[in-house]
Order: sequence, then C-alpha cells, then structure tokens
Amino acid sequence: MKLHKFKQMEMNIVIDVNSGAIHVVDDIVYDVLDYYKFKNLDEIVSDFKNRYTEEQIKEAYDEIKQLEEEGLLYTYDPYKNIVLNDNGPSYIKAMCLNIAHDCNLKCKYCFASEGDYKGERKLMSPEVGKRAVDFVIENAGPRKNVEIDLFGGEPLMNFKTVKEIVEYARKREKETGKNIRFTITTNATLLNDEIMEFIDENMGNVVLSIDGRKEVNDKIRIRYDGTGTFDDILPKIKTMVEKRKDGKQYYVRGTFTRENLDFYNDVMMLADEGFKEISIEPVVLEDKHPLSLREEDLDTIFEQYDKLAEEIVNRQKQGKGFKFYHFNIDVNGGPCVYKRISGCGAGYEYVAVTPDGDIYPCHQFVGNEEFKLGNVFDGLSNYELIKTFKNGHIYNKPKCMECWARFYCSGGCQANNYSFNKDIHIPYELGCQMMKKRVECAIAIKAKLMEE
Amino acid sequence: MKHIKTINMGALKNSIAKPGCKECANSCQSACKTSCTVANLECENR
Repeated sequence: MKLHKFKQMEMNIVIDVNSGAIHVVDDIVYDVLDYYKFKNLDEIVSDFKNRYTEEQIKEAYDEIKQLEEEGLLYTYDPYKNIVLNDNGPSYIKAMCLNIAHDCNLKCKYCFASEGDYKGERKLMSPEVGKRAVDFVIENAGPRKNVEIDLFGGEPLMNFKTVKEIVEYARKREKETGKNIRFTITTNATLLNDEIMEFIDENMGNVVLSIDGRKEVNDKIRIRYDGTGTFDDILPKIKTMVEKRKDGKQYYVRGTFTRENLDFYNDVMMLADEGFKEISIEPVVLEDKHPLSLREEDLDTIFEQYDKLAEEIVNRQKQGKGFKFYHFNIDVNGGPCVYKRISGCGAGYEYVAVTPDGDIYPCHQFVGNEEFKLGNVFDGLSNYELIKTFKNGHIYNKPKCMECWARFYCSGGCQANNYSFNKDIHIPYELGCQMMKKRVECAIAIKAKLMEE
Repeated sequence: MKHIKTINMGALKNSIAKPGCKECANSCQSACKTSCTVANLECENR
C-alpha cells in the first residue's frame, strides 16, 4: 500500500506511506486519487463529469502528477535493505527492572497476575539491582543513553532497593560516562513526602497510574479488601505532579476496559484536574475475560478517539492544551527511519529483569520460561531468541507490509502478537485497528492546528 | 497549489540522511508498557 487517505475534522488527509509526506487535499483530488493509477485523464474526466468540471479535474490531476514527480506521492520503500543488511551487533541499552514481584493492589486487569507474575511474591535485592545496572552498562556498548525503568508489581514496596540502585547507578554513570535515565511506574498509594522528593530529584519520568473517574478507577484498581483507591491516590498524584517543574516529565496513566468504553470522559476528568501529560490506554486481555475489548467495541472506541482529537484541538486553541500520549506524533520530526524499521527493541535493545536477575525480552514475557534470555550474573545465553527478536521487524511481518501505519507503529507489540497468535510476527489485530485510528487522529490534530 | 496543501515534505524519507544512532528511548520505557508506538518518540540527534 503506497497511499492512505482518510477524512477527519472536515479535512481530507492523504499520507504517502513510504516518504512520510502528508497532504491535505480538496474533494476533487481526494476522489481523483482513487483512479489516478488505474485510468487515464480522459476516463477520469468522464467518470466525474457530473460532479466536477473538466478544468477542475485536469488541475487536480496535474497537481497529483507534480507531487508524484517530486517524490511526495506514490513513492517506493527504499529502506528494506538497510534493515536486512544490518548484521552488526545490537546493544542492550534499556531495561525494565522488576523491583518487586508483589503489589499492594489487585487491579482486575493486571497482566502481572496482581504483581507476582504467576510466581512467588518476591522483592529484588539491592545486589541483584546493582548487578543489573552493571549488566546494562556492559551491554550498552557505544550507546551513551541508557534507560532503566523501575517497575513491578509495585516498586515502592521495595523503596530501599530503589534508592540503592539509583545511588549505585549515579556512581557508575560518572565512571563510565553513560547517561542513565530512570523512570518509575507506580500505583501512587505509597507516595509520601520523602519518596516524592526522591522521585522528583532522580527520575527522568514518573508514570502514575489512575484510570480516570472515581467510579471507573474504583471498580478496577482495588485493594485486597476490595476498596477503591481513587480518594487516596488522586491527591498524592497531584502533589507529585506539582513538583515536576522545569519540563520534568511525568505521565498520569490509566487503562480503559469494556467497563468504560466512554473513556473520553476519563481523559477529560484528568485534564480538568490540571494534568498536562495523560495516557489512557486500551486494556489487553484475552477475549473471554469480562473486561476485554472486542471487535464489536471498536466503533465506540473510534468515536471516543474522534471526540478526544476534536477536544484536544479546541483546548489547544484556547491555550488549555494537554498531551495525550498516543496522539503525540511530531509529523515533521520524530524518530528517524532507522528506528522506525527496527521495531520496539524488545529482546535485543530492551529487556526486563526479575527479582532473581533472570532476563526476559520485555516485562510482558516475564515468567514464560521459554523466553528466558539469561541472567544478570551469568550473562545472556539464548542468542537464538535474541536474533529472532532482532529480526522481528516489519519486513518479516507480512501483514505489516500491507499496512499503511507500519512506519508509525513499527510492527506492534511483540508480546501482544505472541499472546494472541503464538507468533511475534503476526500482529494482534484489535491492537492494530486501534493503533491506526490513533495515528489518524494524531495526524489530523496536527493538520488542523497547522491549518488555523 | 490550488487543490493540495502539503504539511509534511517526506520527513521519513529525509531522515535517511541521519546517522541512525539508536540513542533514542525505547518505546516501552515511556508510558505505554502495553502498546508499541514508535512514531511518538523523540529524536536524540536533531
């Protein structure tokens, strides 16, 4: 597929898939594009004679032709050989550290089986954590930027290890010249003044979980006694966010499920609370789970994304804008093509480490023994699997090669692909549908704001 | 042009001139953790 066209917010948008060029076109061009490659000008004029004048069609046709000649429409993919010929080494430079395989909540959709990843409840020791820091530094090769995400379960159940890891990493940073960026993902229940101070000072990004409206959050994000967390976490999240000054990043992040297909209201609730960096993401659960999203929910989900896109434009114009994570596409920049064709990096640039130091391709594979890549003490062992992940890019995913969004999503989430299709190369279809809708919305927002 | 307004001049194709340094963040390190989106990462080598 070389072109993708869609209508949104009263605009006709055309994406040239391979060059990344984006055009806003009038109705005449939008219609002519359907036939441009299959019919000659006379035939097109005749097909549309009841709708447009011959002169209009001729002009539109010439403009399309000009853009084609300039390499901005109907371009070919020149990138394939770059990735296929890349036999160089890969470097692990990002790591998800599972600080705690334990959690003080039992959220109903938890992919980590309420924190224990279907194994023993366990906390990471400072020794394992420090060894993991050394492991990622040793394996990052020439990469200067190293990322470590302090994750769980709930990492703040093991704050002692968090502190020791950060302190150790700062020392190693100086010795090695690396730039280590920390992120922490927390359910916010254990935040207090000391912890918030520490997070603000040391974390490049803090991800704070809340699902939106109280009735939504408290049905799902619950404690062991069944009570909801909203009243406890909202004030803590606000205090944490208020500390993030001078462009320091945070994300207030929730999940939507079948129980809140009207998640637009949850995003708006968070925006109205004053949060500027918001992410509400679709839950990923097997079909039979009562909270799972299904094919029949897609129309509603798409309506919600459309509504959200329009409101983001309105608020931006009123100077009250906020960022919605999945709509943050910089149409004139963003990552280079080398990144976009190499996938998410799981299994060869990015790994997850358990409290025992076992290494998996990403946090979603943790606990699935077949996917164990090694251990931070003994190093990597499963090189065959690492190669499989490295080669798990769009050019080895036939469905992606037919999809216009391949350079935006980069082949989707390998873990989702595996859990739905038992093959990282076959995309998780429901995820694809939502991804494509979000990319359209993101581009439409940018086009609309540029238009005005 | 009268009928077409181009808002992106093929940034993807033009980025082929970049070194491909792979210094940018990994997508799952930001907020997602469940859904791979690569296009919203920022380039470290602008």
